[in-house]
Amino acid sequence: MADQLWLWAIPALPLAGSLIAGLLYLLGIERRAAPAHGAHDAHGQHSAHGDSAAHAAAHAAGHAAAHAAGHAPSHDDHHDHASTPNKGSAKLAALVACGVMAGALALAIKGFFALRALPEGSERVLESTPWHWIAVTGFQVDISMVLDPLSSALCLVICGVGFLIHVYSTGYMKGDPGYAKFFAYLNLFVFAMLMLVLSSSLLGLFIGWEGVGLCSYLLIGFWYAKGWPAEAAQKAFVMNRIGDASFLVGSFMLVKLFGTLDLSDIVNSIGAMVRSGEHTTELMVAALLLFGGCCGKSAQFPLFTWLPDAMAGPTPVSALIHAATMVTAGIYLVVRLNPLFAASEIVLFVIGVVGALTALIGASTALVQRDIKKVLAYSTVSQLGYMFLALGSGAFAAAIFHLITHAFFKGLLFLGAGSVIHGMHHEQDMHKMGGLRKQMPRTFLTFLCGAGALSGLPLLSGFFSKDEILAHTFASGGAYRVLWAVGLLTAAITAFYTWRMVALTFFGEGRYDKKHVHPQESPAAMTVPLMVLAVLSVVGGALGLPVVFGVAHALNTWLEPVIAPGRDLILARHGGEAHHLSHAVEWALLGLGSAIALFFAHRGFHAYKAGIERDEGLARKRPGMFGFLGEAWGIDNAYTQRIVQPIKLIAFVTYVVIDQFVIDGAVNGTAALARTTGGGLRVLTDGRVRTYGIWIGGGAALVVFFWIWS
Amino acid sequence: MDHLTWLTFLPLIGAALVLLTPSSAAQAQRMIALATTLAVAVLGVMIYRDFDSSILGAQQVVSIPWFEIRGGPAIRYTLGIDGISLLMVALTSLLMPIVILSTWGHIDKRVKEFMVWMLVMETGMLGVFLSLDLVLFYFFWEISLIPLYFMVGIWGGERRIYATIKFFLYTLAGSLVMLVAVIAMLYQFNSADIPTLTELAAALPADKQGWLFAGFALAFAIKVPVMPFHTWLADAHTEAPTSGSVVLAGVLLKMGTYGLLRFCIAMFPAAAVQWAPLFMVLGAAGIVYGAFLAMAQNDLKRLVACSSVSHLGYVILGMFALTSAGLQGGVLQMVSHGMSTGMLFLLVGMIYERRHTRALDEFGGIAHSMPLFAIFLVIAVLSSAALPGLNGFVGEYLILKGAFDANQTLAIVGVLGVIFGSVYLLVATRRVLFGPLNKRENRELLDLNAREIATLAPIVLFIVWIGVAPTPFLNKSQGAVDVIVRRCDEARALKLATVTADPADAAANLTTPTRR
Repeated sequence: MADQLWLWAIPALPLAGSLIAGLLYLLGIERRAAPAHGAHDAHGQHSAHGDSAAHAAAHAAGHAAAHAAGHAPSHDDHHDHASTPNKGSAKLAALVACGVMAGALALAIKGFFALRALPEGSERVLESTPWHWIAVTGFQVDISMVLDPLSSALCLVICGVGFLIHVYSTGYMKGDPGYAKFFAYLNLFVFAMLMLVLSSSLLGLFIGWEGVGLCSYLLIGFWYAKGWPAEAAQKAFVMNRIGDASFLVGSFMLVKLFGTLDLSDIVNSIGAMVRSGEHTTELMVAALLLFGGCCGKSAQFPLFTWLPDAMAGPTPVSALIHAATMVTAGIYLVVRLNPLFAASEIVLFVIGVVGALTALIGASTALVQRDIKKVLAYSTVSQLGYMFLALGSGAFAAAIFHLITHAFFKGLLFLGAGSVIHGMHHEQDMHKMGGLRKQMPRTFLTFLCGAGALSGLPLLSGFFSKDEILAHTFASGGAYRVLWAVGLLTAAITAFYTWRMVALTFFGEGRYDKKHVHPQESPAAMTVPLMVLAVLSVVGGALGLPVVFGVAHALNTWLEPVIAPGRDLILARHGGEAHHLSHAVEWALLGLGSAIALFFAHRGFHAYKAGIERDEGLARKRPGMFGFLGEAWGIDNAYTQRIVQPIKLIAFVTYVVIDQFVIDGAVNGTAALARTTGGGLRVLTDGRVRTYGIWIGGGAALVVFFWIWS
Repeated sequence: MDHLTWLTFLPLIGAALVLLTPSSAAQAQRMIALATTLAVAVLGVMIYRDFDSSILGAQQVVSIPWFEIRGGPAIRYTLGIDGISLLMVALTSLLMPIVILSTWGHIDKRVKEFMVWMLVMETGMLGVFLSLDLVLFYFFWEISLIPLYFMVGIWGGERRIYATIKFFLYTLAGSLVMLVAVIAMLYQFNSADIPTLTELAAALPADKQGWLFAGFALAFAIKVPVMPFHTWLADAHTEAPTSGSVVLAGVLLKMGTYGLLRFCIAMFPAAAVQWAPLFMVLGAAGIVYGAFLAMAQNDLKRLVACSSVSHLGYVILGMFALTSAGLQGGVLQMVSHGMSTGMLFLLVGMIYERRHTRALDEFGGIAHSMPLFAIFLVIAVLSSAALPGLNGFVGEYLILKGAFDANQTLAIVGVLGVIFGSVYLLVATRRVLFGPLNKRENRELLDLNAREIATLAPIVLFIVWIGVAPTPFLNKSQGAVDVIVRRCDEARALKLATVTADPADAAANLTTPTRR
């Protein structure tokens, strides 16, 4: 169904909210503008504005002091809490931001039901009127908003989880001087994310793709005055750009192959192209290049190192952007263009290997982190790896299933961690926590639900989605069995570090300074979203119960029209035979998964229930391994030494040696040559009759000489 | 009089009015200059509105006999506008009031002369974009060189004399080579009419075109500047007053790319096809090279100047792809670069006026004391870094797409610029705006005032406008670009065909001058 203009309202609402909140922020800030007329020189500034300058100095000094006071780099400190109550305009901005999110959620729900009312199959699509973005002779980009089963599912997640996190932020960010700005950015992010999933064109998707990257940049660097968040923001943007460069080249290849960037046109023409056997290599290269983009955005090896640093942003940002939505954009892209990736076995296997490797690196690094947000960050890297492992096995629906359950439980865990950090006065080091279950019961109970789901405890949401991925990988056979084993190992590590985190945070004795820190439960604005997400984390598995349970897999059925083209290509390669596991094997895998989760969850919990001795012991006995794991296998340091430093050096050498010395030297050398030559010739014309006489006489003598001589 | 003549010479009338004021009436001189440029802008908008995109060639043509060369062609005063010059004229006429408004902050001595030079320069630039007579074009080309010489030399920084002489001599050297080519054209074809010459020269064989192409190309390549002719630019920018830098980056450099398109590619398509690979290499190299230079800078203004080398590398890469997407992208990127780099120079000027330094390590945390400045700087940086939805992206994507169709390797080198570009821009942004506010001078900084906001806001409007709805702008230049692409395609086909043809024919063509 075309011309559904209202679909534009889904992204437009948060955009409007963002603009309004941004304006309110601008109205709310205290600004000292320079005088409007005349040139300002330093002199005039100091004398004429002495008063306000002095005021500013005092003001800024206050800020600097607030920022300098005892912040180890792992602390999520920020607010000049309570000292600066939010202005009316800031509160209004938050209200607008939450309001537009509620509106967008309502529209997403409306869209879902409108879609469900349509007959099943490929006709289940709603499309808006197009926006004719770019048009030159021979190349055109029209973008419309498309609601199909896949984008509808993601819209619900984005708007639903997004709404909850907006509400949570009204409590978490209370008292922050940038309160209104925060909501402006958050709304802008939701706009970009919705553009990403709703766009009909790869280039429209790219608007969202870079847009979410921008918002991520702005929000990671939200507390820019501290320095390292600004550096983390910059790192995130640049690493994403590396992926985006790959994405761009991939898009050029697609235009060359298909003459269009319209996603459904591309999907519809791939089947024929694959069957014709033409352009096999180009298709493969294009898919790998787009996957390069996914590695940046979804923090996969080798581009994952920005995500742990991104934790410098406020915790709601980590929950929304760096766990639930933005980082899953790569998974969305692969599912959206699934036949392109399914067209080549090599591409699928590369995706699977990268996914499994990233899952293992992330999980093993999370094992030894002390910062609660870092544990969750590496866990997210690892879980995203699972999703790519699913994609690599051709299990597109399973990847989306895990994407959804992960959005619930990881969003919950981040928000829970935020609640802990909030209650602990911005302490993030788990070694300085402990026993918080008594002071923060609601946070504790909801956190347990999230931890259970993440570690794959039986019957919770993460259990089903993770099991489905592992079952698919197992069923793919061959080399995929190795990936399956890696996935299983990762599951064990995941259960261990999750319950280590629970034990260190909520159990044992409080290891904080009890004189100064008085942990307290967070306000309702924060705990209610926790409860909602806790319920979803527990029951979310109902979206995709295993076939052996004897019920229909709801999500598979729903996504069927989207994933059919890719799955059919894979099936065709295997002569129409799907990899089927017998019920007995399925049950065995389920049992194995449950046993591993339970066993390692217990081990992790047990080892840290009493305190941090085990960590200290490990750090003493195996410092090498401890350091290796703690720094994510040393990959980030290797980048700094092998890539960043050399590039800085090359830039310097380029400027000083090549540019200044060689190229500009040649230019100035030419000028100097002209000057020297001119200076030399000047003796010919010094204006004295005697000199001229000598030259004339000498010349005449020469002429005569040559005349006689010849 | 017709619109185009009014447009071109209105600034001169304004300059005459400024000359009539007493030297001490600085504010009056500023107001006259501002009013004049605003009137030109209004006229520019009217011309833009009246432009008929369905006409492929020049329109609104005005042609009056000027003088005759004995034994040579009649020189005429001919102005006309096509889609490409339209966009350049629009850029020039809209940027100039902003430039004049920006001088309030940094030109406080010899205001009268400065305004006169600015207005003379506007006439020169508009004349370059509108001339349809080769001699008239050359006349305006040289006229536009002189004002900047004085602007840098009188109102510039410490090394202003070195910078301005370098800029002047370097570009003049190129211009003189072009003059030889111009004279050769006049006598070869006995015409100075650019559309006529375009038809006639395009029919020449490739080797004969090559010499003329080279003569023009050198002058334009220096002006753009194409790597490795770029070293005058960083010096000129570093020493020029803010407003001079904005005009230089915003418009003057575009005269080079415009010339490459109008003369080198459109007049000598066969030579262009032959030389395109070299220029694409220089363009792609310039993108990466300029980015590396920018990374190594500590002076913020020099950094922006180096980024210009990188951005204009994109224009060169796209134009010499000789595809519709590449050329259209190149034309739009000229406009976009004028906006984003012009805005960056304005912002650098604003902070320089307050702090009297541009060294990156002198700043840090300024977003705290100057929140509005920070917002504008981030917008300019994102525009420059080609964020989708802002102006820079459209041009850059089309350029790289067009280049990819012509030469995949070079396009991929160009794409690397997307990464390096974000590096130097974001590092500079971070070092200026973010981090702790730990310098006393920076804490006392005053945020932008109404005048400064007024200079930036219109640019932001266009940055978003072009980014969201580029098609109406692209449509304007599509016709003119299509003609050029067709010529190049024909030349390419001919090149393939003449491999087997009789070389004697070509030689015969060469020696017979075509007379009208």
